[in-house]
Amino acid sequence: MDNMTLIAVASIATAGLTTGVGCMAPALGEGRSIAMALTALAQQPDASATITRTLFVGLAMIESTAIYCFVVSMILIFANPFWNHVIAQAVGK
Amino acid sequence: MHLSPDELIFWQHGFFKLNATIVFTWALMFVMAVGSRLITRKLSTDLKRSPWQNLLEILVTAIEEQIGEIGLRDPKRYLGFLGTLFLFVALASLCTVIPGYDPPTGSLSTTAALALCVFVAVPLFGIRERGLGGYLKSYVEPTFIMLPFNIISELSRTLALAVRLFGNMMSGAMIIAILLTITPFIFPIVMTALGLLTGMVQAYIFSILAAVYIAAATRAAKPKPEPAPST
Repeated sequence: MDNMTLIAVASIATAGLTTGVGCMAPALGEGRSIAMALTALAQQPDASATITRTLFVGLAMIESTAIYCFVVSMILIFANPFWNHVIAQAVGK
Repeated sequence: MHLSPDELIFWQHGFFKLNATIVFTWALMFVMAVGSRLITRKLSTDLKRSPWQNLLEILVTAIEEQIGEIGLRDPKRYLGFLGTLFLFVALASLCTVIPGYDPPTGSLSTTAALALCVFVAVPLFGIRERGLGGYLKSYVEPTFIMLPFNIISELSRTLALAVRLFGNMMSGAMIIAILLTITPFIFPIVMTALGLLTGMVQAYIFSILAAVYIAAATRAAKPKPEPAPST
């Protein structure tokens, strides 16, 4: 396998792995926080406005980790700097 | 398939490039500025008012109420900044129902600019509320050891704001583009509806987070003890 194939294989496999793991962990966290928020809502329906707002902000915080993983995998697939470097070298040869 | 609307160039002259991000940003700004000017041209205070005035009143009072609930005193002072952020991001994602439109918030340059606005606005509001010394003192609280961590958190949350909005908007556009090549009939519509929902949630979260950061900067760390009532 030459360098190009190696980089392609590593990029694609890592991109899939990044999104996979990066979806799993935030999903667990979000599920837990929603469960806790629902419990709190059931116990104190009067505080629903505060609980919902805090829940949304917290969910956005958790979700952003998944988004980071997504952005990294998108960079790996569509705007890979190593791939571009190898291509530029191959063209320059 | 393009990663961001930056790559879609309409017109180019030397160094100057007119890409889709700039065009759609200015279009949104134009719609919002001219629209609000037209609506507020003839405001009425009696019982009969135009539906557009009602719409704007609902928006403004709702945003003001939300800002007040965060814990910012005097919400009117922050209404201009936070309301503009919310309305721009919300309108940018709402307009995705228009064919041929790319949300300008799907470009990292737009979201970085919005996040930089928050990054600059937080110290400004903090200094205006507490004075320069009072604001700078918030960096060394509770102890001096926390100084580097406070600075790092200031920077990293700006990065997080930018990347969060960019990632959400870009992923929505990307998923629709991918689905169009696989199942071109029903599913893209469903995902567009979901994209509208996430767009509104992201607009809400962006402005709420900005409000929370401003509230943290303007709030006095320790409320001064009330002087005992002299009897």
